[in-house]
Amino acid sequence: MNVLEIAKEKISSGGRLNFDEILALYEDNDLLYLAESARRVKESKTGKKIFYTVNRHINLTNVCKANCPLCAYQCRSGSNRAFTLELEDVEEVVRGQRSGVREIHIVSSLHPEKNFSYYLDAVKLVKKILPHVGINAFTPVEIVNFAQISGKSFSEVLSELIQAGVTSLAGGGAEILSERVRKIICPKKCSAAEWLEVMRTAHKLGLRTNASMMYGHIETIEERIEHLLKLRDLQDETGGFMAMMLFPFHPENTELGKKFNLRRVGSWEDLKMLALSRLVLDNFAHFKAFRIMLTLPIAQLALSFGADDLDGTIGEEKIIHAAGAKSSSIITREALEKIISEAGFQPVERDSFYREMF
Amino acid sequence: MFVRGELEKIEVKVLNGKRLSREDGEILFGCNELSWLGSLADYVRKKICGNLVYYNVNCHVNLTNICRARCKFCAFGRGAEDKGSYAMTIDDAIKLVEEANRDPHLSGLHIVSGLHPTWSFENYLAFVEVLHEKFPQLHIKGFTGVEIQHFANISGLSVEEILIRLKEEGLEAIAGGGAEILTDRVRNLLCPKKCSADQWLNVARTAHKLGIKTNASMLYGHIETFAERVEHLIRLRSLQDETGGFQTFICFPFLPKNTALEKEIKQTSMWDDLKTMAISRLMLDNFQNIKAYWVMLTVPVAQVALSFGANDIDGTIHRENILHDAGATSPRSLSEDEIIRIIREAGRVPAAVDCNFRRIIK
Repeated sequence: MNVLEIAKEKISSGGRLNFDEILALYEDNDLLYLAESARRVKESKTGKKIFYTVNRHINLTNVCKANCPLCAYQCRSGSNRAFTLELEDVEEVVRGQRSGVREIHIVSSLHPEKNFSYYLDAVKLVKKILPHVGINAFTPVEIVNFAQISGKSFSEVLSELIQAGVTSLAGGGAEILSERVRKIICPKKCSAAEWLEVMRTAHKLGLRTNASMMYGHIETIEERIEHLLKLRDLQDETGGFMAMMLFPFHPENTELGKKFNLRRVGSWEDLKMLALSRLVLDNFAHFKAFRIMLTLPIAQLALSFGADDLDGTIGEEKIIHAAGAKSSSIITREALEKIISEAGFQPVERDSFYREMF
Repeated sequence: MFVRGELEKIEVKVLNGKRLSREDGEILFGCNELSWLGSLADYVRKKICGNLVYYNVNCHVNLTNICRARCKFCAFGRGAEDKGSYAMTIDDAIKLVEEANRDPHLSGLHIVSGLHPTWSFENYLAFVEVLHEKFPQLHIKGFTGVEIQHFANISGLSVEEILIRLKEEGLEAIAGGGAEILTDRVRNLLCPKKCSADQWLNVARTAHKLGIKTNASMLYGHIETFAERVEHLIRLRSLQDETGGFQTFICFPFLPKNTALEKEIKQTSMWDDLKTMAISRLMLDNFQNIKAYWVMLTVPVAQVALSFGANDIDGTIHRENILHDAGATSPRSLSEDEIIRIIREAGRVPAAVDCNFRRIIK
């Protein structure tokens, strides 16, 4: 049997794929084989259920000292796009939430002047106003920054955030977990090792997290696969990841896009990476089809490619729209349920921890 | 694969090259096994047409949007006095084509238009004559069965005579639009002033007999039932058995914006679009090509459709009008490089063709 045949054999018997097998599946480019296989894996884990949640994104600031070439969202202080929410602004946003919101999602840039207590206070405020709502906040990139500016260890920072009310960590900032790639796309961001170490520490403290990959820029296919394997290894060790998200790189308005003349990869690549990642990450329960990135029609199709979570009825997404995403920010519960049912699945509203809401 | 029961029986038929029945078609529309449908259609696509994906570098020429049919699903047609109505002169058409012809790869024109209430057949014919004379290297595909029947009605000539005259002036192929759903129930409700289902098929049959290739289409996602979609496909398949003159089949999802049906009908989902694409490939076993028309499907869906049975992605278009009046969100044109990139990313081989699917070697 050649490598591809071995890979397919493993997929049908539930075996674990190695690097060469994953590469062979990628190169084989049989989109619907990957789809069908990924969907079967999805159904073995979560049946016909497709999850969604009612959440709200809050971006505290876009002023950033990392200035990653991959990012269209960040800016320097003094820019006419710069904004920073003060606590009273946060309060207004949070009080404006209708009942029924299950999760507040807070991710922000690395503000050059704000100290750790600013972020802690923002979390405490959300917790005070919405005591029963999950707070999914901060990527490891932000956690590393908090440790640096406060002089505390990852463990101390995370413990304080848990105390303040954070219930899970966001999965962003992983980009591609390779130092070669990070030097080019986000040189001032935390290293791959640091990203993984924050996640490991969080999981040890009982804080669940998500994970992600941003592809379609300057990384090689081999680097994508290594990225997935690093996540799989850590998940074996801790079991602390809840969901995986795939972010296709949106080059518009980014330095990286301009410098390398990059174009957004096509829907083919998006769906292929989704299905392939589902097959590789056999120890992840959930895969999000992030409709802001994919657009709603492709997100619906993604349900047939291994995704089991359409994320939320997000209010006001800023980060990806800064990079030219054309999808609408807000979607109603009814519309989400309709596209799920139409695809032959069962819509299930979840909370921050994938507990079913009735 | 992974299906049971009725679907498994259908799968066995397809894998053995057996023809699917009307009942099979209806079962497929009722099922939700999207990736299974896609794989099966992809299997048939590989068998019938291999790895090439056809595209053309073309320019759409819509001579007028003034139309006496005013079908309910159309956002393009207007009355002569309505805002935004236009009727090109021959000079306008020449100017448009000259502009598109700055692209040295331009190889064809696609001419479809409203049924202008005062234009004669000669008016339409003159465009073909002049454009062919001025741009002899461009292959001209033009006019749907609806327009051809209209020309016969207004000129007193037979469909055959109309087709012969158009061919003499340089027309090389007939466009696939206007088929909508080939049942009189649907047509009476949506497009009562347009030619009947039988007339549409008769135009195609007559053209095929004259050696003129035509194309076929289906406009779905409005008031038709799944059974009517299947009926439509079977009628096309039967005629293709008889003549073999259809080249490509195009699925048109109905875009409701700015049409008379806007309030009642929601746009189809991509799920339905890909399902319909795959089922069309499976039912139309005697069609060589299935087109993923990116203008209606959007580019991302059209690209994915290449694994749901499609082997034709239409063309660069230059400037699309008809569907952008109905709120199409795709761009009005694509560059050839972009089309090639879309095809290659899907692991397929791009092949530029003219309107009769002859390869264009650059």
